[in-house]
Parts: sequence; C-alpha cells; structure tokens
Amino acid sequence: MNSKPLQLVATLVLLALAQAAHAILPIQHWETKRGARVYFVENHDLPMLDVSVDFPAGAGFDTREKSGAANMTANMLRLGAGGMDEDRIARELADVGAQLGGRFDGDRGGAGVRTLSSASERARALEILARMVAQPEFPAPVLEREKVRLIAMLKEADTKPDTIAARTFSRMVYPTHPYGLRSAGEVDTISKLSRDDLAAFHRSHYNAERAVVALMGDVTREEAAGIAEALTAGLPAAAGPAAQLPPVPQLPKSEARWIIHPSTQSHIMVGAPGIRRDDPDYFALFVGNHVLGGGGFQSRITEEVRQKRGLAYSAYSYFSPMLREGPFVVGMQTKGEQAREALDVVNKTINDFLTQGPTAKELAAAKKNIIGGFPLRIDSNRKIHEYLAVIGFYRLPLTYLDDFIRNVDRVTAEQVKSAFQRRIHPDRMVTVVVGPTDRSAKLDR
Amino acid sequence: MSAHFPAPRVIASLALALTLGISGAWQAFAAANTQIAESALPNGLRIFVKTDRRAPVVVCMVWYRVGSMDEVNGTTGVAHVLEHMMFKGTKAVPAGEFSRFIAEAGGRDNAFTSRDYTGYFQMLHKSQLPLAMRLEADRMANLALTSEEFTKELRVVMEERRWRVEDRPRSLVYEQLTAAALKAHPYRYPVIGWMSDLEQMRVEDAKAFYERWYAPNNATLVVVGDVTAQEVHKLATQYFGALKTKTLPVRKITEEPEQRGPQYLTVRAPAELPFVMMAYRAPVLRDPDAEWEPYALEMLANVLDGNEAARLNRNLVRTERIASSADASYDGIGRGPGTFYLSATPTSGKTAQDVEQALRREVQKLIAEGVTAEELQRMKSQAVASHVYERDSMYFQAQQIGSLDMVGLPPSLMDLFVEKLKLVTAEQVQAVAKKYLIDDQLTVAYLDPQPVAGKKPSAPPAGLRHEQ
Repeated sequence: MNSKPLQLVATLVLLALAQAAHAILPIQHWETKRGARVYFVENHDLPMLDVSVDFPAGAGFDTREKSGAANMTANMLRLGAGGMDEDRIARELADVGAQLGGRFDGDRGGAGVRTLSSASERARALEILARMVAQPEFPAPVLEREKVRLIAMLKEADTKPDTIAARTFSRMVYPTHPYGLRSAGEVDTISKLSRDDLAAFHRSHYNAERAVVALMGDVTREEAAGIAEALTAGLPAAAGPAAQLPPVPQLPKSEARWIIHPSTQSHIMVGAPGIRRDDPDYFALFVGNHVLGGGGFQSRITEEVRQKRGLAYSAYSYFSPMLREGPFVVGMQTKGEQAREALDVVNKTINDFLTQGPTAKELAAAKKNIIGGFPLRIDSNRKIHEYLAVIGFYRLPLTYLDDFIRNVDRVTAEQVKSAFQRRIHPDRMVTVVVGPTDRSAKLDR
Repeated sequence: MSAHFPAPRVIASLALALTLGISGAWQAFAAANTQIAESALPNGLRIFVKTDRRAPVVVCMVWYRVGSMDEVNGTTGVAHVLEHMMFKGTKAVPAGEFSRFIAEAGGRDNAFTSRDYTGYFQMLHKSQLPLAMRLEADRMANLALTSEEFTKELRVVMEERRWRVEDRPRSLVYEQLTAAALKAHPYRYPVIGWMSDLEQMRVEDAKAFYERWYAPNNATLVVVGDVTAQEVHKLATQYFGALKTKTLPVRKITEEPEQRGPQYLTVRAPAELPFVMMAYRAPVLRDPDAEWEPYALEMLANVLDGNEAARLNRNLVRTERIASSADASYDGIGRGPGTFYLSATPTSGKTAQDVEQALRREVQKLIAEGVTAEELQRMKSQAVASHVYERDSMYFQAQQIGSLDMVGLPPSLMDLFVEKLKLVTAEQVQAVAKKYLIDDQLTVAYLDPQPVAGKKPSAPPAGLRHEQ
C-alpha cells in the first residue's frame, strides 16, 4: 500500500488548521469581582453545560502529619453543605438530572457539575455546586463513616500488586516531597483527621482569589459571568500568600526494589521526577515520549515489549507534568518468570532512546499522528472543558490550542534528544518490581 | 492507550447508559437529533450512519455478529484472539501496518470483543474515512494469519488474561459466578477464554473461526460524524462491494435449562475484604415495543442504585453502615439470557453473608412495599438528562447503534428506551421484583479473602546499582 497520498492529506489538514484566520477555539477569559479566573467557551450545539471550580488544593498541599486531608476535603464537599445533608444534595441533583464531577490530583482539588442548560434545571444544579465549594459542613458522623470506608479500601488496595508497586515507586521517587505522600492519606493519618482539620484545609485552600472556574456549553457570556460570580462569591478569602509546593530534589542515585507478591504477573515501574507544566521543553518531551512509549503501537516500548516479544499486554511511558516536577513513568505487567527479561528490554529501550534520540522517520510519524489527530482532542464538550480547566489552572496561554500544532510541528530530533538527556538520567532512576519472583529468578528462555 | 481489549461488560454499561434520562422538551430535542440512516449492500453488509457535524471528525466501526457465545468447548477465547490477530496483517497490509496507517493519518484505532459481538473502530479526521474503510474491507476478506504472528500474539493474550482476571479476585468471582449460574448456555465462557484453551490454541482455530464468521453478510458498518449517509454508502460500495457473501453456519446455541433452586459458591483469593455477588436470572429485551418487563427491571436497578441517595447506598452504606459499597445492575440487552446483579462489600467486622442478608432485606422491602412515586420520577429525570449528555460523545453513539444491531434490536431503541422508561409504573417495578428476584433463580458467589503472604519487600543488597 502506498502511503504517499496519506502524507499529503495529513499535511493539508495541518495547513488548514494552522492557517485558519480565526482562533480554533475562542476562549473567553476574565476575573470575577473576588479575583477568581474564569475560562469560558460558548457553544449551543447541545442543551447542556459543564462547569468546574478548581483550587490549588490537591494532595501535594497535604502535610505528612495530616496526609489525606486534601482528599477527604474534596470528597466531603458533596456530603453536606449550606444546610443540605448528603441525601438531599444527591436527591436534588438527581431530580434535575445533574451529574457531579470533580477533580482531585496532586495539584488540584475542587468540584464540578454537568447539567442541562435549561434555566430551572441549571439554576438548581449550580446553586448546589456553589454551596458545596463555599459552605461545606464536614459533618462529624459522616466524616467518621467515610474514614472507616476509606481505610478499608486502602487496606484492600494494599493487597494488590499494582497498588504496592505504585506506592513504593512514589515514595522512592519523592522521598521527601509531598508528591510522594499517598494522595488518599495513610491509615494512621486518616484515622486522626478531624472535622476541624478539613474546615481549616478548606478555609486556607478553597479561596476565591485562587479559584479557577471553567465553563463549556450552552449559556451566553452574560450568563456565564453571573454563574462565575455566584460560584465564587461565598468562598473564603485568602489569609495570606498562596501556599507554594517545595522544589523537587533530584534523586542522588539509582535504586531498585523487588517485592515478592503471590500474583501471577510482575508489575514493573521505572522512572524518576519528570517535568513541570511550564517546562520550556514541554513539546519536545511530549512528542519525544510519543516515540518512546506514549504512542501506543507507534512507540518503541510497545514494539520491543509487546510486538516483538509478546511479553506484555500493555507497556508504556508517560510524563505527568504538574506544578512541580511530576513523575516520568515507564510501566508494564508480565508473567513473573519474564520480569527480568522484560525489565532488561525496557531499560535497553530507554537507554537507546536517550543516546540516539528519535529517528527522522519516527519523529515524522509521531507528528503526523499528533497533528492529524488534533481535531479528536477537541471534538466534545467534555474534552474542551478539560482543556479549559488545565489552561486556567496552569496559566497556559489562551492561544494554547491555537498554537498546539505549530508547537508540535517545530520540534526537532535534536531538541528531543537534548531535552530527554537533560531530564532523564539512567544513573538516577527508580525501579520497582512487584510479583512472584525476585531479582535472581532465572529466565525461562 | 491503544490495546486490543475485550469488553465483557459492555452490554451492562449500555443498558445502564440507555437508562440514565427530564421534561418533555428535552426528549423532543433528543428525538429530533437522532436520525440514523440505514442501508445495505447487495452482499449483505448493513450500514448505519448518524451525521454529527459538531467537529470535523468521524468514528468508523465495523461490527461482526460473532462473540464468545459462538465458541465451543476447547477453543474458548478464540473470538477475542482473532480480534487481536486482525491487526497482524493481510497480503496487502503487512503485520502492524494497519495501526501505523491509521496513526499516521492522525487516527486512533482499537477493537473490542464481547459475548455477542466483535467490533473494530477508528476515530479520525473526516478526510481519512476512505482510508479506514479501505483497510477494514481488506481485513474482512484477506487476513493472513501466520503461525509466527499467532504464537507471539497468543502470549500477549495470556498476559492480558493474567492482568484482567488471574490477579484480580473480583474478576475471578465474576468469572466463577457466571460459569456457575449458567450450566449450558455459552454465556458461561469467559470472553477472554479459559487459560487451558488459550494454551492449546492453534492458528488453525483462529483461521477456521475467521473463515466461518467474517463476511459482509455477518457484519455491520456504523459511521457517526461529519459525513452524510450518501457519502458513506458510496464509499462502502467502493471498498466493501466486491466482497463475497458467505453461507453462515446455522447458529446452534444451547438453551439454558430452567434453574431449580438457589446455588452458592465460594472463591478463595488473596484479598483483604470479603465480597458478595448475587446473580438472578432475568428476561432480555426481544420485542422493544410490546414488552415492558425489561424496562421495569432497569428502573428497579436504578431505584436501588441509580444515584448516591438511592436505596442501597442510603440504607446499607450511609445509615446501617453494614456495607462500604453496594451495587445493583440489570443486564437485559444481549443475544443470550439476561441477569440482574446485586453486589456488596461489607464494612470491617461484617461478613459477606451479613451484606448478602442486607441486600435480601432491601429486595424483600421492595417486594412488600414497592417504590414511591418520588423515587420513580427522580430516576426518569436522570434518564432523560443522561440521554442528552450521551450526544456529547460520537464514540458512545456509534457504540450504541452497533451493539443494538448486533443483538437484533433496532438502533432507534436509543430513543425509544427513554420513552419506555418514562412509562414504567411503580406497580410494574414491584411486579418484576416479585417475579424475578426469587431464590429459585439465584446464584450467590462469596469472596473468601486469603492472607497475602510474603508482603515484605526483599531488601536490596548493599551498594546496589540501578539495574540497567
């Protein structure tokens, strides 16, 4: 099959998108009276609206002593707020067909809702969302119940090889940084969390000045402005400068840990602290990782581990860019006896990539996929809403999506190689293997 | 993450998704927007097109009406293995090139296998639809199936089985429960196959399955996106038109004999918490206009578990605090028999039997007292709204159209389903609970947690270097 016509079409798509005179996605941005940043795309194709309010209130803002407070705060917003108990909140949202969302990760905590855009349904759903973010009550009996449930879930998760691997990896990559804390907290810290802890966390992190409101869908700019004001008017005021996450220290040396577990497969993770969301090499690393292990069947890791050797069902690498250096992770699962072989293959693949960078052909193929597939990144309200929330929280340029294709297209093989070499150091990597065999296990072939 | 995965729960999620939906005005909107054009080629290929111009993209899916229920003892899992092999080359497109062509065209592709069907899809810019259709037509008739590729890919599938099932106690519970609840119907086979069948599978098994079932007259093309039905029909004629019709085998599916009493089983696996899963035999939807029971069962599942304030969560988790989670679902759309599921995880100090009894008490209360008008209305509002939200995903819409057609139901059921849910009465919900949630039709599986031995990390030798 001749692939030339394809290249031509991909190029045409690129040109059409890159040369469009108007913005690909007109993002409207303003601040509320209280200083919250608002990001809005108006679209009336579907009679619905997605809204979220996020804060720098993710697990990275936990302390070691009260690890889990951030997660429990976000989790309990819907379990009693503004004079409504948890059942009333759930019932009234269901009555108008609204669906609660919400985001919780290392950086962000908050809440969101998907609602019909018709006036009465929308008003009710947003009124409840406003109470949740501004007036959560953290009722003590509900907190006690949620603590018991969460602790049981963590104990269950701790019997699973993937959880054990991920926890061990995270602690080894971030031995002192809060990104290494378990995002849900530890059994002993969760059991000590009090209502006051959550109220204090809410008061100090869910501030109007630091809120990011993202809206996508069937309302006018005027309506969106009213919604953003209503959602942020009742939020606590910031008492001082925003909490800053500490810098992430580099790892001093490589370290490997093998943990025996009665599973049939070994879960393998290799990685290190990666990059910040504002890293100037973001696009070089993003495109480069597509070649290394982020591009599915286009990527080297899948080719070496799965296609050539049949060692794993899924094998991948990714960067997780955050406020501070989020992790670079390479992961896979393979039958216990093959763990040693699979790890050797993956390490060789990483090292070869670091030494040589991508080939011209690989780089071109990765760009074609990313650029040609750009329309798929913004083909639904949900995906566009996600972008708004990220652009707002990480203060990316409003033209982020308009510039996306150009930024991908201008990445060179040399930039990829250089950026990877500056970020990923083979002598400062963490390796975790959890499964039925230890490091001395003989290969089965 | 691109990976060719089975979707054994796809039907359950479809049933759930079809259910979730407010007032008359919204329904009018939804109905007006669901215009699905249907056509066919002379060789029997069925075509459904739904135009959605919100973005310059298309979802292209080719569905085959063959899944794990068409397998026989000794070669379970072959439908799914064949799904993997469909990416392993034809004469014109060598192994691995299919995904490479799609990727370089900016597309994403993958596939799924269920008990009822096998499906393949591409999502791409609308200008690339001809490429997707040309490649799909090619592999519908010209798959190479070499033993070298087969041997490697079989290892991948065994890794997939270890990852999905062997190391997940609750997947083991579901697999064992299904195999126990059904004695004869092939729904009792796991979609991914039994490990021993995978171990003895040969390329000839996949080849025979392919030759028997992959043909235009056993396939349906579904396209959703920025394209017209005429354009799709023309492209389909161009690429699929020359493919030959096959005489399909007679489908000889063993009927499930009547269950004559409750069945209980226990699964022991490394875990911390016990777990119980209960499966009641239930009807499946065959005549969407005439029947009412499947819609009532769907509402029953929602009254129990349709939102956080629904009965199971409110009573068992929040009030009695006997369970840390509790779920209900109804699987009533499929080529084989239907099932109504209840499951729960006990809180610390409670047993699987304790939460089983709590689930039974909720069932008995429902049978004795019925549901309130308020509960029912709430579930209907949710269903109508969800039906609007579903329009946000072209993939989801294509998925619904294809999976309904595969089980012999009209894709227009996407809209009819919500209308039918709105007609369900409190008496009907109570009646189906009384008729179907009975011990004679019940199979219960308990997870009996075993200690996870050797949890201690092996300390790395002193001075260890990173293992490169």
